[in-house]
Amino acid sequence: MASYLRFLALAALAALPLTAAAAAPDPADTGGSLKGDFGPPQGEPIRAVLTSPPNVPPATNRSRPAKVIVDLEVREVEKEISEGVRYTFWTFGGTVPGSFIRVRQGDTVEFHLKNHPDSKMPHNIDLHGVTGPGGGAASSFTAPGHESQFTFKALNQGVYVYHCATAPVGMHVANGMYGLILVEPPEGLKPVDHEYYVMQGDFYTVGKYREKGLQPFDMQRAIDERPTYVLFNGSEGSLIGDKALRAKVGETVRLFVGNGGPNLVSSFHVIGEIFDKVWFEGGTRFQENVQTTLIPAGGAAMAEFHLEVPGSYVLVDHSLFRAFNKGALGILKIDGPENKAIYSGKEVDSVYLADKAAPDSKAVETATVAAAKGQLTKAEQQKAGEKLFTGTCSVCHQATGQGLEGVFPPLAKSDFLMADLKRAIGIVLNGLTGPVTVNGKTYNSVMPPMSQLNDDEVANILTYVRNAWGNEDATVSAAEVAEIRKTTKRPAGAAH
Amino acid sequence: MRAARPLAALGALLALLGSPAAPATGAERVTLPAGEFTPVVAPGPEQKTVAIGAFALDATPVTNADYRAFVVRHPEWQRGRVAALFADSQYLAHWRRPADPGPAAADAQPVTRVSWFAARAYCQAAGGRLPRWYEWEYAAAADETRRDARADPAYRERILAWYAENSARALPPVGKTPRNVYGVMDLHAVIWEWVEDFGGLMVSGDSRNQGDPDKLQFCGAGALSAEIRDDYPILMRMALLSSLEASFTTANLGFRCAYEVTP
Repeated sequence: MASYLRFLALAALAALPLTAAAAAPDPADTGGSLKGDFGPPQGEPIRAVLTSPPNVPPATNRSRPAKVIVDLEVREVEKEISEGVRYTFWTFGGTVPGSFIRVRQGDTVEFHLKNHPDSKMPHNIDLHGVTGPGGGAASSFTAPGHESQFTFKALNQGVYVYHCATAPVGMHVANGMYGLILVEPPEGLKPVDHEYYVMQGDFYTVGKYREKGLQPFDMQRAIDERPTYVLFNGSEGSLIGDKALRAKVGETVRLFVGNGGPNLVSSFHVIGEIFDKVWFEGGTRFQENVQTTLIPAGGAAMAEFHLEVPGSYVLVDHSLFRAFNKGALGILKIDGPENKAIYSGKEVDSVYLADKAAPDSKAVETATVAAAKGQLTKAEQQKAGEKLFTGTCSVCHQATGQGLEGVFPPLAKSDFLMADLKRAIGIVLNGLTGPVTVNGKTYNSVMPPMSQLNDDEVANILTYVRNAWGNEDATVSAAEVAEIRKTTKRPAGAAH
Repeated sequence: MRAARPLAALGALLALLGSPAAPATGAERVTLPAGEFTPVVAPGPEQKTVAIGAFALDATPVTNADYRAFVVRHPEWQRGRVAALFADSQYLAHWRRPADPGPAAADAQPVTRVSWFAARAYCQAAGGRLPRWYEWEYAAAADETRRDARADPAYRERILAWYAENSARALPPVGKTPRNVYGVMDLHAVIWEWVEDFGGLMVSGDSRNQGDPDKLQFCGAGALSAEIRDDYPILMRMALLSSLEASFTTANLGFRCAYEVTP
């Protein structure tokens, strides 16, 4: 009896796959590459419109497969990675990430990779949207001052990363050699009000975070996967201030978000928004109502959301030390009328100011020069301190020094700050963990040590905050900071 | 007369080292002793080291002045006369005239924008040849005090700093970097250099392909993985050389010559 039952069960199991095979095809199955070939290209060849981040090329608006010519130039360029910090990026099209490429499923893409004569390195390109060995890498291997050509048919729809695959491949990617190619579905994407292009990457410099000057690539840090910077669009400040992404209340935004890596995966999140839809992993399906979406290194996603409440929304990698200590921050600024029924508005515009940290280190430089000559004035210190405060401290303590009640203690009219200068210097240098009472309220959070700041910078910041927003005191000197640095200890492992 | 003494001393030194006769033009030559060497990419599955015979090498790369003397004696290698098969359209393109470097290419700067064919012809005319890759790598593994400094992170860091700049800046004059333990200069941080067997380097431009069995069919040792995976300076050299064809020229690709020595 028992064996008969088992026989029945086995028979039922065996029948299952047959039943499934006999069923009608799943209407949601787009068929992948098997159904991606719409025949030979039709009409005159089309030159692809390439755009620099954060812009996205217009929709192809085509209903037939075409031959699309892509001209992409590799350039090695020295640019600012952070205020006063320079880095030699290796780029597709002069930007990090590289130019955005947009084609339609079934298109035949004739790809021209040009390596600028000023390049030091040979380069190539592996497009994840290519079906074929190496994704085009071997066919596009190009010496400086030369050009390669290869052709592929875009069989699969989706958002794909492309990157350089020349040895040592991790280094080429770490220097910024990645971008996105969108292969539209045959029916195109639904029109939206704004499309933006954001791509995360991790960077490895010999100097520590925000150490000034031209910073070479640090091979050992890259191998150890300990980035100095984690950035959106290749520099701190690329999506901040004047360069913030913009939209209006009532509009719908579509973000194409990639992650070049080379090492880290991204927990991509927009503070204060919920993605109405995320085409996770850049694929064909969407998930609805997503807070944070995981974007693998060498992967991408497409996110859409409708905007109801005005204000500044912060794009972060929700692995938060990357956001607040390595640069993975961007701003989406939404203009329009308040909607108090949805959000009271109390904190909306205050978390991050859009004019924050626009790269401008002039006041800081002036103070440095004056300090070196021994002619530093209080006004110069305050001015430099304000700049540095805006770039580093205002993220938590807010631009007006008010802090966030219950989370980040206030500096404005703060009894705790003004009571003890030596303690204040020590906190900036060594961080502070655990409960403190400020103006009668208890705060229990973590401030990391600001080990990227030198004595001059700490002195300027403290001079600024102790003389702003109703605070009043004498100046703080670099010597006082140096003394505290010498006599106190930073907690083990807390350095940047 | 003042120059005579150092020159004589140098001649004596060269004779002691067993170097070939001094060249008509060009750099001082230094002799490298024979040795056993572990290259970054092993020569075969069972073989980790290579035996390098003694050879002599130009202490510095060939300069514009040296190369001008060559094209004056061998006009068939002047820009405009050389066959397209032997040099691409950018061959010596930065020179003012076919036999005159002009202000954009100072005498003491290394000559660049030369093809492998041209470099090889130069070295033959000088009584030598291009160095083989393992010879070049052997010479370049040394720093000022050690024959093999490659495991020292500080040595690598110093070399890697060169890659933090693209090639738009003017090339430095030759002979300004410290001599390594053999007396050779400028192997790093000045230019890329042609080698005799660049076409046999077997490194795929796609660095992830090295385990692909297909490669065995096409380029033998290409399936071999790098023996020293974190020697980025050498891997980049190999990648650059692998991207070239023998007629190619680039803005920072030059050469130096090697010479046989009789023990």
